[in-house]
Amino acid sequence: MGIRERLSGNEAVAYAMKQINPDVMGAFPITPSTEIPQYFGAYVDNGEVDTEFVTVESEHSSMSVCIGAQAAGCRAVSATSSCGLSYMTEMLYVAASDRLPITLAVSCRALSGPININNDHSDAMSVRDTGWLMLFAETNQEAYDNYLQAMRIGEAVDLPIMICQDGFITSHAIENIELVETDKVKAFVGEYKPRHYLLNKDEPIAVGAYATPTYYIESKRLQAQAMMDAKDVIRKVGAEFGEMTGRRYELIEKYMMDDAETAVVIIGSSAGTAKAAVNELRESGKKVGLIKIRAFRPFPAEDIADALKNVKAFAAMDKSDSFNAHCGPLYAETCAALYANGVCAPKGINYIYGLGGRDVRVESIKTVFSELDKIAETGETGDTYRYLDVRE
Amino acid sequence: MAYNLKENLMKEDRFSGGHRMCAGCGSPIAVRTVLRALDPEDKAVVCSATSCLEVSTFMYPYNAWKDSFIHNAFENAAATISGVEAAYNLMKKKGKIDETWKFITFGGDGGTYDIGFQSLSGAFERGHDFVYVCYDNEAYMNTGIQRSSSTPHFADTTTTPAGTVIPGKLQQKKNLTRIMVAHGSPYVAQTTFIGNFRDITEKAHKAIYTKGPCFLNVMAPCPRGWRYPTEKLMEVTKAAVETCVWPLYEVIEGKYVLNYMPKNKLPVEEYLRLQGRFAHMFKPGNEWMIEQVQQEVDKNWEDLLKLCNM
Repeated sequence: MGIRERLSGNEAVAYAMKQINPDVMGAFPITPSTEIPQYFGAYVDNGEVDTEFVTVESEHSSMSVCIGAQAAGCRAVSATSSCGLSYMTEMLYVAASDRLPITLAVSCRALSGPININNDHSDAMSVRDTGWLMLFAETNQEAYDNYLQAMRIGEAVDLPIMICQDGFITSHAIENIELVETDKVKAFVGEYKPRHYLLNKDEPIAVGAYATPTYYIESKRLQAQAMMDAKDVIRKVGAEFGEMTGRRYELIEKYMMDDAETAVVIIGSSAGTAKAAVNELRESGKKVGLIKIRAFRPFPAEDIADALKNVKAFAAMDKSDSFNAHCGPLYAETCAALYANGVCAPKGINYIYGLGGRDVRVESIKTVFSELDKIAETGETGDTYRYLDVRE
Repeated sequence: MAYNLKENLMKEDRFSGGHRMCAGCGSPIAVRTVLRALDPEDKAVVCSATSCLEVSTFMYPYNAWKDSFIHNAFENAAATISGVEAAYNLMKKKGKIDETWKFITFGGDGGTYDIGFQSLSGAFERGHDFVYVCYDNEAYMNTGIQRSSSTPHFADTTTTPAGTVIPGKLQQKKNLTRIMVAHGSPYVAQTTFIGNFRDITEKAHKAIYTKGPCFLNVMAPCPRGWRYPTEKLMEVTKAAVETCVWPLYEVIEGKYVLNYMPKNKLPVEEYLRLQGRFAHMFKPGNEWMIEQVQQEVDKNWEDLLKLCNM
């Protein structure tokens, strides 16, 4: 059995890092992920880890340090939020294209402006096309569990991986959590054995080439293949983790979906709130369900299409907006997933919700389901691009 | 050990020919000379900022670097090598490697004086054990000769063209060497290609084998941007030194040492007239520009002599 504890999401991730004992950490503070390098700094200064802790002058440099360290042959980690993630965006692309399996903890927060320190997914969604694997957590437990699985997944496909949780909502809230014994963590994560690395005296390598049109697209095609291959790896690692802990992980979580006639598709901590809404509606006889996206990259298109194929109406819940006068990213990709898999019957609408930390209540989600009821009944979606709980 | 050009040239090159840098460019000469200052038994990881140097020496599938090499982006070479050096310290600590590795980073003046300055400053403050070599060609040459903070006063560049109203760049060159001294680096030096290359070679060796973050500022002319005939490269660098436009000096643990005192300090015209980027300064009516540059060079030179206690 694991160890019962009470930890915030940030501390849970920092504790997972300590158990893994990564080689190099590039660290720069930003609310609400700041606690991660703080906790880790204490581990370093108290001799509890061997990690080279590089306290840089910006997030751009923290990711640059990670790129240098991982290319040199080490496991490199960092943590950030919001504008910090935006600032390192250029480097996120390089990390992915250099095929360096760096691990980045993200405590998601709104982007400026107006400046706001609270949770939404604008930061993570803005880097969704950088080539990183992205796992999202509903709870502190999931943030911890995802972190323990991250390196196994990233290193299997040579892609960097982001472990996202919701700023303040899980990053700062303290919850009961079950930790895995450190010896089991170490055995599960294993040693990092890069095939090629800078500090190999027997084989010098060069990283970061200039690629002309003759080669560039092939390198991108290989990246795309790695992302496709990651789906099976995430399932396999999630299953193995389940055998060790009893907590099994897939690309998505289906909640009350077997006979659901309406459903919400949602990411992160709000899934917990939405589950409460589903429970209450089920008690009153409504056939409602929920799909929680755990892996946003790779995008679980087949799994989502399969889960939604029998519903009459669904709402994709976006905690960020694409400002395209049309929809947010989760709705766009959910609809594309249905279309690509030949699922055309369900009517779908999009809600932009929770921006900048706007509270999402059980009642909010029940409002969504009542709208879905009307759509299921009439077959008319009305406006598909909607804002939830907003003063108009 | 006394410097001997012939012996130095007998060392195996760690930077191959056949790269795509222009004839008459100072950058590959700086690279080859600095890498030759490595003790042959030592391993090295070389890092380059995005630059002419990077795109011309590592165009897939060709690579001119015999040592392990990493290019990341334009503005973060110092942060990138910080990560490599941190990895080395970790692997040493864990007994995963026992050989000695050195870490050398190259950047142009754009990647060093300007966009990469934050990353450079951070890496020096943290004290990583590496050498940062700026090959200073005084403008953004890779994108086609735009002004940088290293571009000298009145130079004609594509963003500061010598126009009918504004006569080239209005600002003086940033004194990065002294800014790097202010970081408390154990070894900072300014050098270029002179005579038998003793100055740059010895400085490179000191920089590589002094523990901590060390900085070499190498004047590395660009025939396209400075507009001189390719075969005149060494004439240009010699004139820069003899006019005191680019004095040769080093700062060891904060102590300034002048490495070369011109016997007869030449007027700045001797340097300016070799280069097309200053051609407008020689037109009738523009004598004031040359006079002004002379005053600026004189002041900088006097300041340096004071710092050197001379």
